[in-house]
Amino acid sequence: MQPSNSRPHGGGGGPENTSGHHDGQDPAPEDMRYRDPWYDALASGWGEGDGTGLPVAPVPAARREGQIGRGADGAGEVYLEVQRSAAFQEVRSRYRRFVVPAVAVFFVWYLVYVVAATTAPGFMARPVAGAVNVAMLAGLGQFLTTFLFAWSYARHARLRRDRAALELRWDTQELTRGAAGGGAS
Amino acid sequence: MTGDHQTLALLLFSVFVAVTLAITTWVSRHRHGSAEEFYAGGRLFTPMENGFAIAGDYASAASFLGVPGLIALFGYDGVLYVVGFLVGWLVVLFLVAELVRNCGRFTLADVVAARMSERPVRIAAGTSSVTVSVLYLVAQMVGAGSLVALLLGRSGGAAQAWTVIGVGALMVIYVSLGGMRATTWIQIVKAVVLLGGTVVLTVLVMARFHGDLDRLLLAAAGRSGHADAFLAPGLKYGGDWTARLDFISLGLALVLGTGGLPHILSRFYTVPTARAARRSAIWSIGLIGGFYLMAIVLGFGAAAIVGPEAVRGSNAAGNTAIPLLALKLGGGADSTGGTILFAVVAAVAFATILAVVAGITLASSASVAHDLYASLRRRSGRQRSEVAVARVAAVGIGVVAIALGLLARDLNVAFLVGLAFAVAASANLPVLLYSLFWHRFTTRGAVWAVYGGLIPALGLVVLSPVVSGSPDSLFPGVDFQYFPLQNPGIVSVPLGFVAGWLGTVTSTEPPDEAKHAETEVRSLTGAGAV
Repeated sequence: MQPSNSRPHGGGGGPENTSGHHDGQDPAPEDMRYRDPWYDALASGWGEGDGTGLPVAPVPAARREGQIGRGADGAGEVYLEVQRSAAFQEVRSRYRRFVVPAVAVFFVWYLVYVVAATTAPGFMARPVAGAVNVAMLAGLGQFLTTFLFAWSYARHARLRRDRAALELRWDTQELTRGAAGGGAS
Repeated sequence: MTGDHQTLALLLFSVFVAVTLAITTWVSRHRHGSAEEFYAGGRLFTPMENGFAIAGDYASAASFLGVPGLIALFGYDGVLYVVGFLVGWLVVLFLVAELVRNCGRFTLADVVAARMSERPVRIAAGTSSVTVSVLYLVAQMVGAGSLVALLLGRSGGAAQAWTVIGVGALMVIYVSLGGMRATTWIQIVKAVVLLGGTVVLTVLVMARFHGDLDRLLLAAAGRSGHADAFLAPGLKYGGDWTARLDFISLGLALVLGTGGLPHILSRFYTVPTARAARRSAIWSIGLIGGFYLMAIVLGFGAAAIVGPEAVRGSNAAGNTAIPLLALKLGGGADSTGGTILFAVVAAVAFATILAVVAGITLASSASVAHDLYASLRRRSGRQRSEVAVARVAAVGIGVVAIALGLLARDLNVAFLVGLAFAVAASANLPVLLYSLFWHRFTTRGAVWAVYGGLIPALGLVVLSPVVSGSPDSLFPGVDFQYFPLQNPGIVSVPLGFVAGWLGTVTSTEPPDEAKHAETEVRSLTGAGAV
């Protein structure tokens, strides 16, 4: 923050502070968000955990670091800047921490099922109850785990990634627009 | 088959065609002719609509005709197909749907080309997308042909050929006039019709066995002549080690192929955001999973009620098990119930094939126009609009698919789709995953990944027993079979990944950090997404 800046800033300052923020062409992110026709669609989830009462720790905003990006030229710099920001790294690691183990588990479980079906038919044919054998149960198990994985991924993404990713999206677009505008004028 | 069956089935089918043509006309009344409109339907579908459309796009003739047929003939080994078809959706949901929606515009090549030198990458990815689509189309055409042969009571011959031609012509009309918007609505209507028909048949099968799954399975095992072996894996893929390895190869192709199918990827561009893409994938997993569970019941039902001998007698590959089952469930060939149910199921199967064919044709015409034509045209030449090129491409792809469909009409539909999945998993998935997740990936790596998967996959199919060297092959008279497996996946999928890695590490061009940052940030946040 430059001390010579005549515009009064409250609290954290920066574009977040929309009241009295009238410095020209740049619309404030909040305004843009409400003008975005998909914001409502995004905010309405499956009825839980969407509102303001998020049960997870908030991700630090990228804007403060992103302000460095305004000086940089070109959108490429902006993306590098955002990629290095703590906010993005947090979103990325949340995504990876869920997806990498989940992919490993379902893929290995599927391979085990296929290999067992082809190499150990005797084991798969072992009856469990009535006409139902191990192979039937394993097949149903594949269906069940697929549904469970899909549900838990959707839940994880909705609760732990969506809001932070959306913030980052507007911030990044704001920065790229700033970078492009700076180059033009 | 009596005349009643034919008349009623053709009537119902004509109704479906009329309804879908009306949809096509209606949605194209305010046509803008923009690429956004033609390839992505304006991107304004809701997750639920798109989920149904994906289910309609994915549950093809292979699922409705091929899989129950395989179960009726080989018992549990048919179930293995279904599991692969479903589990593959986790790859789509976790690694592909949202990220592709965020990074791309219309095709798979968009995602890859964003990071790389555009021209060679687009040509490579466009070529492999068109190849996968054409293979998949052939499977649908074969399904249509064998269905009509059953309906008209004549195997092979002119009726089958004319159906294949008719289906091809219809889909070209849908796609070139209505674009993605018409295609999507046709798929939604089809998904509802298909799920409705499947639920009715499943309820009727279960009612026959008083809701007792155990009795159904025992009856199926008893009628099959294999006793308990019918309910365990091994009848089709349990022979020698070649057959077993063949199945593992198929399993790998099924689970990894879904994420590389161009017509599935392009469906995610029809919703506004990545979150909507995720929710449509969830919808489709639910719908497809439910459909496949019912398809398993129908397959065992066909074994128990129709019997494998009758199924095999009607179509050696088992593709007509479901229509035969419907005939029996309705009360037999001479009853009113049998006639109606048979006609309904035949019409549903037609609808299935038409909708899938329309989706694939659209996706591949997008690849031709948006990737291949845009990269290959001469700069000085007259600039045609991309959408006009896509419309012409739809006609061309239709002609190729019709020709190949006539050639391959005696192969099992599910098996043919397995080949398409193998090519998709080898040529499309490695390049897609590398570009989304590997920061060192370069243009050479991308091009090598595509061709390094595509060429081995196709080459191994040509050298496999599918094409020559066995009595069931496409060309039984000659023998140039050097590769023992029917499905190339187990070799060609790893080759695709290795080729991409090798091309990247040997490449002299340094990886573009800024472009990678852009892809990564855009894919996970949606910044700059169209």
